[in-house]
Amino acid sequence: MVRDRAPIVAGTIFALLMVAPFGLGLIGQGYLTGLLMRAMLLAIAALALDLLVGQGGMVSFGHSAFVGLGAYALAIGLQAGIESLLLLTLIALAVSGLFALITGVLALRTSGVYFLMITLAFGQMTYFTLTSLAAYGGDDGLTLWSMATLLGTDVAQNAGQIYFVILVVMVAVWWLMHCISQSRFGRVLRGARDNPERAEVMGFSVFRYRLTAYVIAGMIAGLAGVLTAQQNEFVSPALATWQHSGDLLVILVIGGLGSRNGAILGAFFVVIVQDLLGAVMPEWRLIYGPLLVLVVLFAKGGLNRLLGPAQTGSVA
Amino acid sequence: MSLTLLLIQCLNGLQYGMMLFLIAAGLTLVFGVMGFINLAHGVQYMVGAYLAFAFLHLTGNFWLAALLSMLTALVFGLLLEHFIFRHLYGRDHLDQVLATFGIIIFLNELAKVIFGPATLSLPVPELLSGSIPLTPELRYPVYRLATIGAGVLVAGLLYLAVGHTRVGMLIRAGATTPQMVAALGVNIRRLFTMVFGVGAMLAGFAGVIAAPIFAIEPGMGDNILIVAFVVIIIGGIGSIRGAFLAALMVGLIDTLGRSLATLATGLILPPSMSDQVGPALASMLIYILMAGILVFRPQGLLPAKGAA
Repeated sequence: MVRDRAPIVAGTIFALLMVAPFGLGLIGQGYLTGLLMRAMLLAIAALALDLLVGQGGMVSFGHSAFVGLGAYALAIGLQAGIESLLLLTLIALAVSGLFALITGVLALRTSGVYFLMITLAFGQMTYFTLTSLAAYGGDDGLTLWSMATLLGTDVAQNAGQIYFVILVVMVAVWWLMHCISQSRFGRVLRGARDNPERAEVMGFSVFRYRLTAYVIAGMIAGLAGVLTAQQNEFVSPALATWQHSGDLLVILVIGGLGSRNGAILGAFFVVIVQDLLGAVMPEWRLIYGPLLVLVVLFAKGGLNRLLGPAQTGSVA
Repeated sequence: MSLTLLLIQCLNGLQYGMMLFLIAAGLTLVFGVMGFINLAHGVQYMVGAYLAFAFLHLTGNFWLAALLSMLTALVFGLLLEHFIFRHLYGRDHLDQVLATFGIIIFLNELAKVIFGPATLSLPVPELLSGSIPLTPELRYPVYRLATIGAGVLVAGLLYLAVGHTRVGMLIRAGATTPQMVAALGVNIRRLFTMVFGVGAMLAGFAGVIAAPIFAIEPGMGDNILIVAFVVIIIGGIGSIRGAFLAALMVGLIDTLGRSLATLATGLILPPSMSDQVGPALASMLIYILMAGILVFRPQGLLPAKGAA
């Protein structure tokens, strides 16, 4: 049996991210920490999406809706005078969880491409609803003038140590996803992915397991939205566009489906490639688009395959 | 709101519905027959509109430009099919989605590079530029009426072609059991390519006739693609009749909703709130309709018989 190298790879990534700001900060590259934060925020949302796509076989094309909802929950809460980040996070989790529950009950009546189209439609609905919130900036979004405080301190702000807050949350989400994938719940989810009828015959309610996964994934994406808003000090409906949902799926496929490390590696790869290409030419999408086509046509298993054998729960 | 204004809105809704039908028809055919989910279908609509713009400036004649645009859209669709999509038919839906997502990103950017990021517009052709009186005080543009007519015509032709011709019969059979049809000596690959070409041309046609009414801009196909998905879900995947019915419903509900929602919420809410809630509700209406359909008829209103 091949030893599972995933925790070692993950540990290395986390340790590197832990020391990165010191190294990068010393040579005066605050811009690079910004880049890393963007990648980590994407990685959190992608880790959540992997629970659906990689583990559950539910291809959702509307996952950025939850990111947008989380961000707007923070923004609207701040406008209403709530300053505690913990309370705002709870509100955001409740909002995104409830939205996931309602849309999940409807979308999970179907599967496959129907599920994909329906999640895409609900994502678009969220986007247009956010653009019509005239009181909160509408199309243009909303700049946040005062930020939420963590237990009365500015630790979770750009003035403080938000980099490490994001890193801690990402590690925690990685750990949660790792535990879920090892648990009975994760095994049932994968069983239902590979053969829903068999799981059903064995007495599992596939619908309930999938719905639970959908709500968990939605809430974590909402959490990613809270941190994104807190870091950008700005929210806009652009967070919930369907292109953003597509980016999350790209991250998963490039990183390798069904692997926690893949979601993180994919996020860093996509952010860095977009940024490098963007620095070389403003029309970087002319290269990025065909690159995606080529990845789909020729690369199987993603980046994670390069770093070790498949983790448990990867798609064979 | 006066009755004439309501009538205008209904006609606008019908016209929007027809545009949606032209896009949804190709999408639903390609998906129903080949099981291939093509996100780039919306971008083919954009290509049609830009082609119409380019050819009009080259030839100076709208009709010639429309014909050339449709032919080019057809060729372009066939090229895409030959070089990329063909390799994705047997693949996972996620692969199909990502590859076509990449094509969208590329073509939207290409349109921006060639034609610039600003919106372009096209004059309405001379022959259809007038307007006819609906009531003594209100007139409706002929061009918009003509697009409704064109939509009905295409719907009728598609219905006859798929339901009552030999090729249509092969297409329906190929959708259910491709192996069996191939075993009987039919070139199923060529059949698929043909379906794909027709779908691409329909999307291009929709782009051409949309060009004089809507703004031509990069990304114009993205939003309408998602609405076309809603249409397909409501109508039933793979069903032309379903797409027609659902496109009209979505077109009317969306258009009327946008003009009536603020008014309707104003009846129960104070004006300051209804100004907020009205537009938000209006943009949600078609998705609420979709959710309702999913609860009561998950297979869609008029599902295709035997299609996957």
